[in-house]
Amino acid sequence: MNIVLIQVLLIVVVVVVAARLFRSRGARSQAVRRLGLMLFAAFAVVSILFPNLWNRMAAVAGVRRGTDLVLYALVVAFLSFTVTTYLRFRDFEARYTRLARRLALDEVRAESTPSQTGPTSSPTAGTTASPTVPPRRDEGSNAGGDAPPATEQA
Amino acid sequence: MNDDVWLVVPLYNEAEVIGDVVAQARETFPNVVCVDDGSRDGGAAAAAAAGAVVVQHPVNLGQGAALQTGFEYALTRPDMKWVVTFDADGQHQTSDVLAMLEKARAEDLAVVFGSRFLDDRTDAGVLKKLVLRMAVGYTNLTTHTRLTDAHNGLRLISREVVEQLEITQNRMAHASELVQQIGALDIRYAESPVHILYTDYSKAKGQSLWNAVNILAELILR
Repeated sequence: MNIVLIQVLLIVVVVVVAARLFRSRGARSQAVRRLGLMLFAAFAVVSILFPNLWNRMAAVAGVRRGTDLVLYALVVAFLSFTVTTYLRFRDFEARYTRLARRLALDEVRAESTPSQTGPTSSPTAGTTASPTVPPRRDEGSNAGGDAPPATEQA
Repeated sequence: MNDDVWLVVPLYNEAEVIGDVVAQARETFPNVVCVDDGSRDGGAAAAAAAGAVVVQHPVNLGQGAALQTGFEYALTRPDMKWVVTFDADGQHQTSDVLAMLEKARAEDLAVVFGSRFLDDRTDAGVLKKLVLRMAVGYTNLTTHTRLTDAHNGLRLISREVVEQLEITQNRMAHASELVQQIGALDIRYAESPVHILYTDYSKAKGQSLWNAVNILAELILR
């Protein structure tokens, strides 16, 4: 088996990308992600060393050429990546919104303490801009454990 | 009079008109909270000068997020019994809100949705009408509600319902989300005819119909 330059390059790239992706957060989903990633990287290396593997898999799957199979796999991988990224962004946005909302509401509460605008001062306004915050229902119900949806990459 | 009603006005770059809108609304409804959604003009100051309580998002989050912030502010007011969602651009009229309140009190309703299509006072374009009809069709189909206009910004919501709402659609899909959450509650709701004033100002600022596509995508991919 003689290794071509492109093979060396591709293997380096796969390993570097996999190593980069390894450094992300979350407990079980992270473990799953890492296992999947390891398999994916291993398979990438194998298929770089034995390009004919894809041809044989293509034959099994009923596709003419191995490159076609790679293309189809990429399309699926890209779509799932797009969706999981979108969902993760949504999750991120929800948290960020809660943070911004809390800031905004706390600001008004602090301002209204020395009775500023508004018809009457609110009942919490008696204490001087203290950190006593009335329970708000969006935390508690939704804070804590909901990590982003378990992401399977590619 | 109307001390138990809070107008929730999402505000984003409407400095030109917000002062007048708030001043006019406060002639009937003294309690107005403007949620400034990270405007870059002087809208927040104009609203405050006109006597509204101003809650300021530190960054722009979207109209849905602004409504939810307004709801949570209104809930900190112990004497609040009703919340009205009201647009900042002068499209809505307090006379319609009064009619909605009267209807809610008379028929013991927890929510009254404004509808442009119960009478022919509102002059929307043909294409806009078509898209709105399709939107309400989709909403009715997916939420088990029967409405004639689901994307109207004018709504009257009782305190007990506001307590149970949580808008998570920050951008435009919040209208459908609101209907969906209200439809899922075991409460009495109805529609009331409203007259939307499509002024040149509101037309220029108004939503592009392309947003229908965005709303649909946001609703499907959640």
